[in-house]
Amino acid sequence: MKYIEPHAHMVSRTTDDYQAMAMAGCEVICEPAFWAGFDRSSPQGFHDYYRQLTEYEPARAKKFGIDHYCWLCINPKEAEDAGFAREVMSIIPEFMDSPTVLGIGEIGLNKNTVSELAIFEEHVEIAKKYDTPVLIHTPHLEDKLKGTKLIIDALKNAHIDPSRIIIDHVEEHTAGLVLNEGFWAGMTLYPESKCTPGRAIDILENFGMENIWMNSACDWGISDPLAVAKCAIEMKKRHHSPDIVQKIVYDNPVKFLSQSKNFNIT
Amino acid sequence: MPSKQDILDLYFMDSRYKLIDIAAFLDRIDRHEGEADYRYDGFHKALEAMLKPGDKPRAQAVLEALSDHSEEPIPKATIQGAFGACRD
Repeated sequence: MKYIEPHAHMVSRTTDDYQAMAMAGCEVICEPAFWAGFDRSSPQGFHDYYRQLTEYEPARAKKFGIDHYCWLCINPKEAEDAGFAREVMSIIPEFMDSPTVLGIGEIGLNKNTVSELAIFEEHVEIAKKYDTPVLIHTPHLEDKLKGTKLIIDALKNAHIDPSRIIIDHVEEHTAGLVLNEGFWAGMTLYPESKCTPGRAIDILENFGMENIWMNSACDWGISDPLAVAKCAIEMKKRHHSPDIVQKIVYDNPVKFLSQSKNFNIT
Repeated sequence: MPSKQDILDLYFMDSRYKLIDIAAFLDRIDRHEGEADYRYDGFHKALEAMLKPGDKPRAQAVLEALSDHSEEPIPKATIQGAFGACRD
């Protein structure tokens, strides 16, 4: 079975994980810029990180026949200091012409603060300027519902085409909010939070198979780089046809990602 | 689509295991000293939402019971993480 991993933080993973994903049928990995587990001390740290995302990881993935793409931003956890965030954002244009950059992401909110929201809105303007899609992180746990509503309101105010936006980490209480407004929705398969495979399939059955994908968001925490492949197996157990499974794990990601001029499926 | 019987075959044992784990967690809190905090209250609120979800699906009702329902952005973050229940 071929599949796309549309959200993985491979900078935090071993080369063994690339090998395992390739053996499971992964053909493309997309890596949003994120929080490294600690706050970086200077904008230069982000410059190095963007080089890692645009140069090093594509080469590492290529050794296993996997195409690697990335999204660029400063994540919301490091956006509380707006001055620092703006310094980092000033670096982003230097990388926007890199051939594997899909767009701006994963921007969003973390604790739903005034500063996070301002930096989120400024990122959206960068995406509009460069005419790219956007990948959005929604907050964790108790903050997700409020953050998702704030994000949707901000996007409406920005007059941006919702079909070019994917709002990630949806769960049962936010999937409808996102999809009903015309945005794409991402479901994250996490062992301890977000969705289990069973719940992700429930969401598919309740909200439909359009404009939605699933990802592992594997990173430095407890997470599973093979989560998408495992959920595809679970879909088969739930009597979903091979065509539907392929739609969710491959065709839908291709449809959304193809809105980026740099995405080329080989 | 799978039948109710199919869903039971697929998920009953897993859900049974998780249900007993929740019961044991609550017993464990009862057995130990000290005071619980807002997470304990949030957990009970979520259990109540699961048993009486009204017109919502149970999973949605549980998630909403554990969510912050305020509407305005907060002035400043004091922490970076989240705890899974809302401090009223």
